[in-house]
Amino acid sequence: MLIKRPNDIPTSEITPESLYLNRRQFLGAAGAVAGAALVPGLSPLLPLSTYVERGKGGEDDKPNSYEDITHYNNYYEFGPDKTDPAAHSGSFRPRPWTVAVAGEVHKPKIFDIDDILRRYPAEERIYRLRCVEGWSMVIPWSGFALSKLLNDVQPTSQAKYVAFTTVFRPAEMPGQNTDILPWPYMEGLRLDEAMHPLATLVTGLYGKPLPNQDGAPIRLVAPWKYGFKGAKAIVKIQLTRTQPPTTWSMAAPSEYGFYANVNPEVDHPRWSQKRERRLGELFRRPTLKFNGYGEQVASLYAGMDLKANY
Amino acid sequence: MSSVVGRRWSVRLAHTALVLGALVPLVFIVRDAFGDRLGANPVEAIEHRTGDWTIWLLLATLAVTPLRRLTGWNGLIRYRRTLGLLAFSYVCLHFLTYLVIDQGFPVQGLTLAYVWDDIVKRPYVTVGFTAFVLLIPIAWTSTKGWIRRLGRRWTTLHQLVYVAAALGALHYMWLIKGDRPRAVVHALVLVVLLGARVWRVRAPRRSPGAPRAAARLPAPLPGPASDPS
Repeated sequence: MLIKRPNDIPTSEITPESLYLNRRQFLGAAGAVAGAALVPGLSPLLPLSTYVERGKGGEDDKPNSYEDITHYNNYYEFGPDKTDPAAHSGSFRPRPWTVAVAGEVHKPKIFDIDDILRRYPAEERIYRLRCVEGWSMVIPWSGFALSKLLNDVQPTSQAKYVAFTTVFRPAEMPGQNTDILPWPYMEGLRLDEAMHPLATLVTGLYGKPLPNQDGAPIRLVAPWKYGFKGAKAIVKIQLTRTQPPTTWSMAAPSEYGFYANVNPEVDHPRWSQKRERRLGELFRRPTLKFNGYGEQVASLYAGMDLKANY
Repeated sequence: MSSVVGRRWSVRLAHTALVLGALVPLVFIVRDAFGDRLGANPVEAIEHRTGDWTIWLLLATLAVTPLRRLTGWNGLIRYRRTLGLLAFSYVCLHFLTYLVIDQGFPVQGLTLAYVWDDIVKRPYVTVGFTAFVLLIPIAWTSTKGWIRRLGRRWTTLHQLVYVAAALGALHYMWLIKGDRPRAVVHALVLVVLLGARVWRVRAPRRSPGAPRAAARLPAPLPGPASDPS
């Protein structure tokens, strides 16, 4: 059966593909023309610099369409079905918004989201996203390295982990009125994982502000881990001495661990992780260890039993 | 004479309408597949839609006998096999979509190891696959010839449809994460339809027209072999 891909968003809203694929050159040229006139902070969502980290096997990665990325989401706060977040996130208000950074830091701070956007210019980061359910996408995020923000608050020598708490607003998030998961959703990283350049705080998608259904106004993306590690709508970042509890590992400890690194050699208890369906492709493709980012991140787990630390 | 002919024609017409009507969802699936209207994961969408229609048609099949008893319209029985075979057609499409597109057999390789691995590992796939396998002999022996050949055993064999339907409902319930109301509705309808049969067996027959021989049959769903419940 022939299954064609959607035509996505109107062409008026999207960068022409040729320009998009050559955006580094374009941005370079634009930068040469605009020069110093391009003041950081003037338009915080414009990708001011580009950081494309494709990793192994990424040569044939084509970003999924804006339509797919915004209409096929796991975001239980808005409902358990893939189409629920797009359908039920309309009344969510991503402004005003603050992110409290606290815990084992020398300079705890409550950031206003617009302050974050000004302080940490968004870079474009095209990453693969592999869902633990067995599907994947390629997503042109915009955001910045989490390490930048963490360095600014100066973690103490006691800080070993980073805990992310997401927003709890049952009035705006219908799924939070159900007990499908314990709310609010919480995630965490080891500090060295959080300081890795691939760990990203995402504020945009396709060069536009992050849509509500994708985790507005700010979310985590750790592309070598299963998608559920990417906490959305973050309100608090807490540095801790001990490993923080995380939502899915609380809900089903035998199925979802703290690490959740993409690993075709370690199956989910109820299904295989050897292959995945890249949305937009007809057949499944092999899943890559660390989602293809092994060269960058494998050293974080040297000597660790990844079967035990799933 | 003319009324018999007219009746035959109307039955045939109703059958044709039923089959054509049941093909409409398939036409919509094909239309949406070619019109980019199946969303981000078209394979999953096809699996869900063919699966939905399998369950609905299976429930409709199981509703025939209770409805017939309730309304006294015995002509309904003529449509049961058609409904059952339509349900089977959808489950075949459902399974083929899973096998060929979802699992890539044999396009991506002739090994069934991945498929078997998936069937065994995912409980909802295991029960769904079991339900499908149970439906095959039922569909195969749905002809008049098989009814004659198997006699009373035909009824026993075809009672497997209750197991298949229950497994199908479970398959759906285990698959979905939310939207539980719909899964619960399926299960409730199934419980009512099966419950009607159990009640029928247990309750003493007082209706004057009930054939006494039928009431003595040991099977939970009494009736002559050519007219099993």
